[in-house]
Amino acid sequence: MMYGWLWRHLPGPAWVRATTVLIAAFVVLTVCFLWVFPAVAPLMPFNNTTVGGSS
Amino acid sequence: MTGPVQAATGRRTAAPRSADGRAHRLATTAMGVVGELMITLGALLLAFVVWQLWWTDVEGDRAQAAIVDELDWVPVPTTSATPVAQPRTDASPALAEPEHAVTFATLYVPRWGAEYVRPISQGVDRAGVLDPLGIGHYPGTAMPGDVGNFAVSGHRTTYGKPFNLVADLAVGDPLVVRTADDWFVYRVTSTEIVGPRDVQVIAPVPGDPAAVPTERLITLTTCHPMYSARERFIVHGVLDYWLAGQDSFPPEITGGA
Repeated sequence: MMYGWLWRHLPGPAWVRATTVLIAAFVVLTVCFLWVFPAVAPLMPFNNTTVGGSS
Repeated sequence: MTGPVQAATGRRTAAPRSADGRAHRLATTAMGVVGELMITLGALLLAFVVWQLWWTDVEGDRAQAAIVDELDWVPVPTTSATPVAQPRTDASPALAEPEHAVTFATLYVPRWGAEYVRPISQGVDRAGVLDPLGIGHYPGTAMPGDVGNFAVSGHRTTYGKPFNLVADLAVGDPLVVRTADDWFVYRVTSTEIVGPRDVQVIAPVPGDPAAVPTERLITLTTCHPMYSARERFIVHGVLDYWLAGQDSFPPEITGGA
């Protein structure tokens, strides 16, 4: 649905659209790895190890 | 709605559309969007697992190796060398506890590989020390060589996993701590698995917080089982000897013993 809409509205031939989508996915993953996941990790229950501090 | 308008909006069929048909298509679209959002969420969760179990190790290994490099201490010779200094068992120079997150020592564990060397920094909070810097020293416990218990903590999995192979340690294995001035060679005396709240393992006399220490001990603490924080794996050791000086090396880590 929304990805279909995105695909229809991307410019260029199929291979250009595919490249655009791949680059966008890479950027999203990079942002997640460098900023989002490090910020979210301390909130995860399996990362709650602090009584004596070890893990 | 009148017939001609419905005919103009209906693309797949020329049959007259009712208000019910429009609602049906709207619901189908909504379901499709929700489905795609859930697929996206699943992909992001998978990416998070990859980040936690793999990428934190990549970053941790790189960061901890860089910290050891930045200390700029005399490199350990790769060939076996006779230590210049004599092994000593008398009192070593007292060290003051450094500021929080300051790296003041390195740990060599031959059992974990000839290449194994990790920084030890002050503090055991995850955000400030254990995640970015590797091994942490419990504030208030003894410093290397002191009478008492030099207690350190480290990750067993993720974030560079400095204590990943802790279960491989056997009684008698050397744990070599290097400070800016000296070397301290401890030997493993026992291992145990305790609950997360059994903090008496890092007492000056492990298991007896009220006792006055007479021995020079080391304690490693890490998680157990792997990928869980349900219990703690504890390694106790006692000082075998220490070496004065940066240019003498314990035979334990140069292949001489």
